[in-house]
Amino acid sequence: MTTTTDLVSYEDALASYDPVMGLEVHVELGTRTKMFCGCSTALGADPNTQTCPVCLGMPGALPAVNATGVESAIRIGLALNCEIAEWCRFARKNYFYPDMPKNFQTSQYDEPIAFDGHLDVQLEDGETFRVQIERAHMEEDTGKSLHVGGATGRIHGASHSLLDYNRAGIPLIEIVTKPIEGAGERAPEVARAYVRELRELIRALGVSEARMEMGQMRCDVNLSLRPHGREKFGTRSETKNVNSLRSVERAARFEIQRHAAVLNDGGTIIQETRHFHEDTGSTTSGRVKEEAEDYRYFPEPDLVPVAPSREWVEEIRSALPELPLVRRSRLREEWGISGNDMQSILNAGALDPIVATIDAGADAASARKWWMGELARSANESGTALDELAITPVQVARVAELVTKGELNDKLARQVILGVLAGEGTPDEVVDKRGLKVVSDEGALTAAVDEAIAGNPGVADKIRGGKVAAAGALVGAVMKATRGQADAARVKELILEKLGVSEG
Amino acid sequence: MPGITREEVAHLARLARLELKPEELEHFAGQLDDIIGAVARVSEVADQDVPPTSHPLPLTNVMRPDEVRPSLTPEQALSGAPAQEQQRFKVPQILGEE
Repeated sequence: MTTTTDLVSYEDALASYDPVMGLEVHVELGTRTKMFCGCSTALGADPNTQTCPVCLGMPGALPAVNATGVESAIRIGLALNCEIAEWCRFARKNYFYPDMPKNFQTSQYDEPIAFDGHLDVQLEDGETFRVQIERAHMEEDTGKSLHVGGATGRIHGASHSLLDYNRAGIPLIEIVTKPIEGAGERAPEVARAYVRELRELIRALGVSEARMEMGQMRCDVNLSLRPHGREKFGTRSETKNVNSLRSVERAARFEIQRHAAVLNDGGTIIQETRHFHEDTGSTTSGRVKEEAEDYRYFPEPDLVPVAPSREWVEEIRSALPELPLVRRSRLREEWGISGNDMQSILNAGALDPIVATIDAGADAASARKWWMGELARSANESGTALDELAITPVQVARVAELVTKGELNDKLARQVILGVLAGEGTPDEVVDKRGLKVVSDEGALTAAVDEAIAGNPGVADKIRGGKVAAAGALVGAVMKATRGQADAARVKELILEKLGVSEG
Repeated sequence: MPGITREEVAHLARLARLELKPEELEHFAGQLDDIIGAVARVSEVADQDVPPTSHPLPLTNVMRPDEVRPSLTPEQALSGAPAQEQQRFKVPQILGEE
């Protein structure tokens, strides 16, 4: 069924057309229970062990709203600078699909709990782009399907499907942007930056871990093109469930190129959903999109309206944590680093580990150095995220402390870190097991220094003659002799002392 | 008068996954017309000062704390399933061949 899709080059597409995007992000809340029943939301449970008559849609079952779910929705809305509805209802969105046992999704229709906000996002070069938020509303997740009989679990060619409803009913907040106009060639980058900023925000609010690879946060990318200078939007396509930041950018880029090819040929874009394929970075046709009226939305009769009092809303507002953009500018100033440096830290996913390492007692410069150096390299090599490395910020702080105390030098510290990553224990255990101590025994050091001077008479003479810089060669010799375990600064002091010169 | 067409009934039937015979389409078109006509009369008496009622009870903010309650066992959950496999509900092919 795979057919090649005609594309025009990205540059040519942008030369003729102006992209307009709309992003819909679903966030699974981290509540203990589902949105409308008390079933657990814990991950990894056996299939169909976390269901009840409510989330299975059995006749006569009555839903009851999760208070924490509503509070989380308000928190998200406030953090997105939205207004919070004084009164709103849930609605039934009717359609048939096996992953939805009730045959309707409990959602919100024309009365979202939060509306009219914005989120400022930072692009790679530090420029800020304001994305307008249309609404954020409460709804519920669907069950999980397992497709049997087709190739590699794909729905196409499957003979039948198996449903696990543990996920059905887990609270979702859907956050919808207004049409994003004026991003031009940077539209895909804006899409990525928006989803990233939103993810940071959601995490900072503590309402979800928002791990995209686990489906806790998913993005639908709506995209259309219009010829330059035309105000009316073109027909859009909706690429569903794009599950990584990189994919969000690639999906937007691909659709710009695909739309442009269709339009250049005089064709029309079909309003449809499309599936994104991680392997090729392309999209393929899904189903033709229903009209909203086909969902036959109507107010949910089993749930009474939600009318958050202004007191409650203000209480929630006053308890909001420092938001990510504000926090980043504060940290950037505190650490005295450039915007580019901060961007690299963000891109590496190192911000939280660095902050946690500082909280554990390290100074900012060392914390940055280790996370952006040795640890970033290790994470890169093993293809893991920084915060998934087998070392904790507390352990990194301990390594930094050992260096500050002079018990380790940088080279030894690197070995300690590698040891911890290799599962050899805590930094102190690795130091013991590998015997990684700076040689501070003056006797042993002095002997090594004497040896180095005796072995390099020419260099020694130069130093005696005032060329202090030449001492580096002797320090190197001592470090080699002590297998890197000497304190280089102390070695240099000893050498200069022996040769009767003083620094500076 | 609303004037529900046969095509609209057929569309609704498809959305509701109901298989209707041609004569039923006619029949229901007339009935739906009557129902909508009757309901429409309500708006003749309800003025601006009468808000639409979706819930008969004057309640708002009925919420429960985020506390886990016991779920059904998988056996109970699956007891009404026409077919099951691997402790999951087994359903027919979702997408037709393309």
